[in-house]
Amino acid sequence: MPKIPKLPAPPLPSALREPPPRPGEGNGKLGALEGARDAGITVVDWVDERTSLSGATRWILFRKIPKGTNWFYTLGSATLFAFLSQAVTGVFLAMFYRPDPAGGAYESVRHITNDVFLGQFVRGMHKWGSSVMVILVFVHMARTFFFGAYKYPRELNWVIGVVLLILTMVMGFTGYLLPFDQRAYWATIVGVNINGTGPLIGPYLSDFLRGGGEFGATTLSRFYAIHMLLVPGLIVALIGAHLYLVTKLGTTAPPWLKAEKRAELSESEV
Amino acid sequence: MADRRAKQKSKYTLDRGIPGAFEGETVTRRRFMTGTAHGAGAVAATAFTLPALGFAIGPIFKSTEHHWESVGPESSFSENNYTPVVFTLTPGIGEAGKTTAYVRKFNPAIDTDPYDHGTPYIAISSRCAHVGCPVRWVDAAERFICPCHGGVYDLLGRRVGGPPVRPLDRFYTRVSGEQVELVPPFSDNGHPRRFSPRDPDEPLDGVGQYLYPSRPTAQK
Repeated sequence: MPKIPKLPAPPLPSALREPPPRPGEGNGKLGALEGARDAGITVVDWVDERTSLSGATRWILFRKIPKGTNWFYTLGSATLFAFLSQAVTGVFLAMFYRPDPAGGAYESVRHITNDVFLGQFVRGMHKWGSSVMVILVFVHMARTFFFGAYKYPRELNWVIGVVLLILTMVMGFTGYLLPFDQRAYWATIVGVNINGTGPLIGPYLSDFLRGGGEFGATTLSRFYAIHMLLVPGLIVALIGAHLYLVTKLGTTAPPWLKAEKRAELSESEV
Repeated sequence: MADRRAKQKSKYTLDRGIPGAFEGETVTRRRFMTGTAHGAGAVAATAFTLPALGFAIGPIFKSTEHHWESVGPESSFSENNYTPVVFTLTPGIGEAGKTTAYVRKFNPAIDTDPYDHGTPYIAISSRCAHVGCPVRWVDAAERFICPCHGGVYDLLGRRVGGPPVRPLDRFYTRVSGEQVELVPPFSDNGHPRRFSPRDPDEPLDGVGQYLYPSRPTAQK
């Protein structure tokens, strides 16, 4: 049976007509979820319109990476997260720590460890995390070395990495004194004296570290300032430069991967 | 080659004749403003960098005051054996500022070093000349022995074994009102020669005394 064509709807006054469907899924009122998403998009758009940050994000995150990229390539990020963990736990330890050599420093560390809620845990994270960070830095460095990822054009990034390694060791050295127990004190005496064995400038270097000819009243606060202000600032700045160069230059393929010849090239060679 | 070089304009006159420049102007206003801005920036940066740096490295040049420290009556020290005394070397930091010295009476039979003549007491610093751990006088062995890396010294504080690079430091001594008093130490190189105190592990014989100069913070 043939279909009877529908007659067009009779013209209604506009007040009685249904409003035309809105674009989007709900075709009308926004659901709570959709509204939230919409608000998020609005905020991100607002920021992006004024900063163009989305371009930078795309530049950093959506890079081309070589074939064969594997778990070894996560060592740099692991080091970064070890540093972030040190930074966060360090900031909160600084809320309780007192760099007072006449007994207050040791007492405040004892207080953190024994009395403060989760103090032992946060201090433990900072203490053991420092070793983790040093190990990760070395493993990351070994990965870079054995994969040949330090070669042209990435030499500068290797140099920055070596400076970061040295700064990490400085952090370890200065942080070791802060609990101010016997071990910390004598380790620092030995470490400063080892610095002093450098010819000509060595004696002055150890004077600089101690803030005088003997381990004195300002040595602890000097180490504390270096540990929590000077070196972290340098590390953050250099990590920024390090990551910029990684993004700019890209990562290397693992050395066991042979370069593939492009088809048209091999044809022209024949 | 020589021609091309001759044709090149000096970089100091490159902006001569730019729009707005006066005829024959050598130092344009643009160059002047650039120089002024750079100069002002440099002055501002120096104004806070130099004082901060000086503040940080100032202690290197500050000489320390020496105080004679009383360590006990004359009767507490013998001629043939060391008595450990603990006294404050660096005030203001509690236990950390204390140090140990081993003291005995001057004994003409042992102390034949001409420099020692006239000194009433021999006071040997417990700071090991290797990297500064505290040495201990072991009576049975008649040796100073360091717990950290095995430095061994004889009765006079001269190295007889292990990694130390020079004898143990000593303190000057004097007797004041029957109290034995010490003053911060001096170093020597095993020969009859005395130096202002050096940090440990800095050899002082041969070229060492020039490689490890004396510092303003530690004078005799």
